[in-house]
Amino acid sequence: MAIGLLGKKIGMTQVFGEGGKAIPVTVVEAGPCPVVQRKTKENDGYEAIQIGFLTAKPKKISKPLKGHFEKAGVPYSRHLREIRLDQPADFQVGQVLTVSLFAVGDHVQVTGTSIGKGFQGGVKRWGYKGGPESHGSMFHRAPGSIGASSFPSRVFKGHHMPGRMGGAQVTTKGLEVVKVDPARNLLLIKGAVPGPPGGLLTVKKVR
Amino acid sequence: MDLVKYVEGEQIKKGIPDFSPGDTVRVHVRVLEGEKERTQVFEGVVIRRRGGTLRATFTVRKVTYGVGVERTFALHSPMIEQIEVVRKGRVRRAKLYYLRKVRGKAARIKEKKFVQ
Repeated sequence: MAIGLLGKKIGMTQVFGEGGKAIPVTVVEAGPCPVVQRKTKENDGYEAIQIGFLTAKPKKISKPLKGHFEKAGVPYSRHLREIRLDQPADFQVGQVLTVSLFAVGDHVQVTGTSIGKGFQGGVKRWGYKGGPESHGSMFHRAPGSIGASSFPSRVFKGHHMPGRMGGAQVTTKGLEVVKVDPARNLLLIKGAVPGPPGGLLTVKKVR
Repeated sequence: MDLVKYVEGEQIKKGIPDFSPGDTVRVHVRVLEGEKERTQVFEGVVIRRRGGTLRATFTVRKVTYGVGVERTFALHSPMIEQIEVVRKGRVRRAKLYYLRKVRGKAARIKEKKFVQ
């Protein structure tokens, strides 16, 4: 993973590409992200940069975090995330990263929190087939058998059952940058990305 | 959603004539044949318009040699050079799918008359 940015999902639309082909795109407002901390092998055991996104009101930031931001000499940020670096690269604390890191045609992967679906049954959550809807069938969307009887006399761990769905971290890989707009900090990424509009995203460049 | 509008705004075409289902239109489409590019005209009746903003499309139907041909175009596609409205038609529904089943006399559409 070379480098990445934090961003906000704005929504989806389409763009006409070569030969008038419509390309589905997600609009992401990414950056500017100040480098708040530089983590090094000697100090922390791994190479990474900590970046912030969206300026926050001072009253929303705790005293210890204020000290952290002031030490770096950057404005208070609403979100902080780390980006791991493969090899030591020269990023200075206080440096501001923008969408100009990306170019059209770059491959990226986008991480976000998927839309929460609440408590869902097995058909929606795990793709159970379910039963016949009609012809006197009395078995529709129920889970069915969850294992054998006297052996093993228990339900195996991790068995797919109804429960909370969505609202988990999801990474979509193999996406492509269609357009970069440095004036408005916009990235147009081909395809869909996790989460609702307004959700926080990490966009990472794939070498 | 403002930023989505901004992204779309760059591509939305201005000066698209006002037309609706029932109208007869001539659509000038750019066609790429290998290296060369030329313009093809598709003339027929608009049987549907759907979608809004940049994603709007419309479908044109014509009958050639007794075979019905329908083409759906993206309204804001760069491949559309020009849309000419040949005739305004008076119809009483938004989707003219019934035209697929009728032929000859029944497939006629009355012209819209404007009262000054």
